[in-house]
Amino acid sequence: MEGKGKEERNPTKKSDRVVVWLLHRKFTLLSILLFAFFLRILVSLHPYSGARRPPMFGDYEAQRHWMEITINIPPREWYKNTTFNHLAYWGLDYPPLTAYQSYFHGIFLRALDPNSVALSSSRGYETPLSKLLMRWTVLSSDALVFFPAALYFVIVYYAGRKDDEVAWQLAMILLLPGVILIDHGHFQYNCISLGLTIGAVAAIISENDVLASVLYCLALNHKQMSAYYAPAFFGHLLGKCIRRKNPLLETMKLGFVVFGTFIIVWWPYLSSVEAILEVLRRLAPFERGIYEDYVANFWCSTSFVIKWKRLFSMQTLRLLSFGATLASILPSTVHQISVPSRQGFLYAMLNSSFSFYLFSFQVHEKSVLLPLVAMSLLALEEPLLFHWFSCYAMLSMYPLLCRDGLVVPYGALLLLSNLLYFTPQVFGGHRRRERVSFGFRKVLMALCLLSFLVIHVIYLSVTPPKRYPFIFEAFIMVLCFSQFVVIAAYTNMKQWMLQSSCFPKEKMH
Amino acid sequence: MDEVAWFAGVATCIKILLIPSYRSTDFEVHRHWLALTHSLPLSNWYSDRTSPWTLDYPPLFAFFEYFLSLPASLIDPTIVNLTQGLNYSADSVVLFQRFSVILSDFMLVFAIYRLTKDLPSSLRGLVCIAILWSPSLFIVDHVHFQYNGFLLGILMLSLSFLREGRDFIGGLFFAVLLCFKHLFAVAAPVYFVYLLRHYCWGKYWIWRFLMLGLMLVSVLSVAFGPFIYYGQMKQVIQQLFPFDRGLCHAYWAPNFWTLYIIADKGIGFILRRLGLNVPAPTASFTGGLVGASPPFAILPKVTPLATFLLVLLSLSPCLVKAWKQPKPDHIIRWVSYAYTCGFLFGWHVHEKASMHFVIPLGFVAVSSLEDAAHYNLLSVVSCYSQFPLLFETKEYPVKVVLLLLHSFLMWSSFSLQFGKYASGKKANDAKSEQGCGERIRLIGKMGRIYLLGLLVIEVWGQFLHTYLLGDKLPFVPLMLVSVYCSFGMVYSWGFQLKMILRCT
Repeated sequence: MEGKGKEERNPTKKSDRVVVWLLHRKFTLLSILLFAFFLRILVSLHPYSGARRPPMFGDYEAQRHWMEITINIPPREWYKNTTFNHLAYWGLDYPPLTAYQSYFHGIFLRALDPNSVALSSSRGYETPLSKLLMRWTVLSSDALVFFPAALYFVIVYYAGRKDDEVAWQLAMILLLPGVILIDHGHFQYNCISLGLTIGAVAAIISENDVLASVLYCLALNHKQMSAYYAPAFFGHLLGKCIRRKNPLLETMKLGFVVFGTFIIVWWPYLSSVEAILEVLRRLAPFERGIYEDYVANFWCSTSFVIKWKRLFSMQTLRLLSFGATLASILPSTVHQISVPSRQGFLYAMLNSSFSFYLFSFQVHEKSVLLPLVAMSLLALEEPLLFHWFSCYAMLSMYPLLCRDGLVVPYGALLLLSNLLYFTPQVFGGHRRRERVSFGFRKVLMALCLLSFLVIHVIYLSVTPPKRYPFIFEAFIMVLCFSQFVVIAAYTNMKQWMLQSSCFPKEKMH
Repeated sequence: MDEVAWFAGVATCIKILLIPSYRSTDFEVHRHWLALTHSLPLSNWYSDRTSPWTLDYPPLFAFFEYFLSLPASLIDPTIVNLTQGLNYSADSVVLFQRFSVILSDFMLVFAIYRLTKDLPSSLRGLVCIAILWSPSLFIVDHVHFQYNGFLLGILMLSLSFLREGRDFIGGLFFAVLLCFKHLFAVAAPVYFVYLLRHYCWGKYWIWRFLMLGLMLVSVLSVAFGPFIYYGQMKQVIQQLFPFDRGLCHAYWAPNFWTLYIIADKGIGFILRRLGLNVPAPTASFTGGLVGASPPFAILPKVTPLATFLLVLLSLSPCLVKAWKQPKPDHIIRWVSYAYTCGFLFGWHVHEKASMHFVIPLGFVAVSSLEDAAHYNLLSVVSCYSQFPLLFETKEYPVKVVLLLLHSFLMWSSFSLQFGKYASGKKANDAKSEQGCGERIRLIGKMGRIYLLGLLVIEVWGQFLHTYLLGDKLPFVPLMLVSVYCSFGMVYSWGFQLKMILRCT
């Protein structure tokens, strides 16, 4: 009997169970994966950012340009301003893993359409074939990184749940409208860094901390924005390590793994300190202002009342935002160091990415994807909150997507995400009826919903008054910010009220 | 209503996302008809020659286009401009026309809602997956551009009334449908026999018969009356029945005649090898006048009359059944069978016509395991035979993933449904404790081999053909698709005939 008990705890047995589980439910899951892929293909039929808009074009051109640079000049010069590499024209400003990914995609493009990535002559190159190939690079990255990671996460984290619920949860992660629109409409490769992060989360949940560290370091090295999750990973892993038999050894082990991964990724730039600094300077956009456009974070939303940019110098603002971010992530990180738990870890991810989004320096509208993905991992536990957040996250990117000519897919995906959220129970839907007990709360929610719907129509149909050309953007921003603050406050509170017993006892020594 | 609305909503989202995809010339055809009906007096509708896309649908469809042209002229006057609007492709016209299809599809949604009102909700879901999420509808209506969803909606509405026993209204909707698109007339014999026996038969048969006749005449006169008044009937008839077309459409629809032509070519080839002097056929089957040259080497020539008689002959078992036992439960099966006959043996059939029976059969599919298995195979074949409609690289992943997704969904949901039934029946067995884990075979061995063959043909046509043969024999991939799919269609015809003879 004892032997049997041990076997059950054995991780290989666990993976066996996973396989059986997969076989049993393969059709539902396969359908969801295919449907998610299908939606991405459909969205990729629509325009992308900067299409036919010289001289700078948009993110599509940036990615294409990086492919052009990486396959034509040696790695050491990728981040350097040289005769062939004008950093002023979409210079590479993501970490090396993005550059490597551009390199491989560039080789793929060169094989099928050499002109599309020819050095210097290919700027603004847009032919039907090259557009298609570029879209396929994103589609394949998504299918190869994000999809398996989401599946892995759902299987390990929601292992005990009912089939329908697990399927619904997977659909919620894979069908996040914001992520689909930014990657396959606007054109970016967030799916890679987000997928690596979800993979890391799944690895942590299945007690494979080394794999988790490697995956998370790769995510960091793909997009520096992944650092929004760093406090959660740091806090959770540290909290776990200091509870083990040899805290120091365990911590050192993970430290070495992290260090090693970084060394491998940064290998071409390790020749001198100057080379490293050169890359780092490209990655940190401190020359830019504290916020750009109309992002629904603290600094931008309060700038009506307090003119941050006028009152303080850049240096002070940097310190201020750093302090505010640090202060706001502290509670969730401390919670994870003191009582690490799986559920708490997911909340910590959500909270820390929220803090970065709301308070850090130079935040872009698209950064809302980070808290959004973290929230989607908790969709089954906080369905209403997740849905609410997902809708407002979409709204916060609405002006951006309108500029890209993506209103049609925006509307379709918003409608679709609402329909999927309300999947009828008979077809494997998960509909939890939220009890709204207070009349006051009900009225408030109705008001928010009404303004949510109305602003979409107004933004498209009404020309703003000449004196305030960005009045609607500002309204959208303030509306979204108000929702985000409430959600962030709630999730922080929720994390602190979690019971520490969620973590399986036998794993702790 | 809940489920049907949900399924329709999801389908609508996908339709909206398909807006920027490829559009065939049918898009311009319908745009031109908007302009035609909007800017010309009714007397010139069928005689105008501004564009090669002359109006060749019956009057009610022309009225429908006129109705659509009213909002179109408000949105962008260029859309309905007869000369300036030619080949107009601004965002306004694309969005307007695409949304007109999306909105008119709600006719089908309403029909499905009516039809499935009394079914248990899981079966209703199956019908919705089979019909509202049908990949053929997405491909033909929302990419290629046509209004089949709307027309099939009228057909299904008519069938839903017949199933309830409200024969008069069912017949009325069928008459209306005929005035929208006359190709639906293939099922008219079935309707005639059924209505005669189920509606008219009895004490007051003469009155009821006269009522039906009056209804038909009034529908026809509403549709055709104005044209008769303006003396346009000759032009209308000429436009509606262009019998100078060939036996097959440019792309051979997967029907009996495809097999017939191939058999002719094969026999001719063998005889020539044997040293016999057989003239090689020169004319193509797709265009030109039929009587001009004999395109067949060995087999007898096919005339429109022969195809007409063959359709009637193949219909006759179903008509006899409908005469003997006119039961509302079987009407959908009979009507689908009629369209199958029309598709298989008709003159100048389009590949899109296979939807006329695949869509109604989606409702029949939930009645038994055998029907479900047949439907799974048929819907794959029918959708696959429409692949050549979307030939651009951009839409290639769309159609492939769409077909895969739909067949997966159907296969898994049908297996689950009938698996549930199977385990429910064996409730007393010890085995049934395992519940749904018991897998039933939805598609047999032959079916699997056949589907595998489809995959081989697709891989050959898309990749291997140009790789191995280069530019030689460019027509072979398309021909392979239609020949291979015709086998599936012939099987489906045989199966439907068998089911009609056995069950009804």
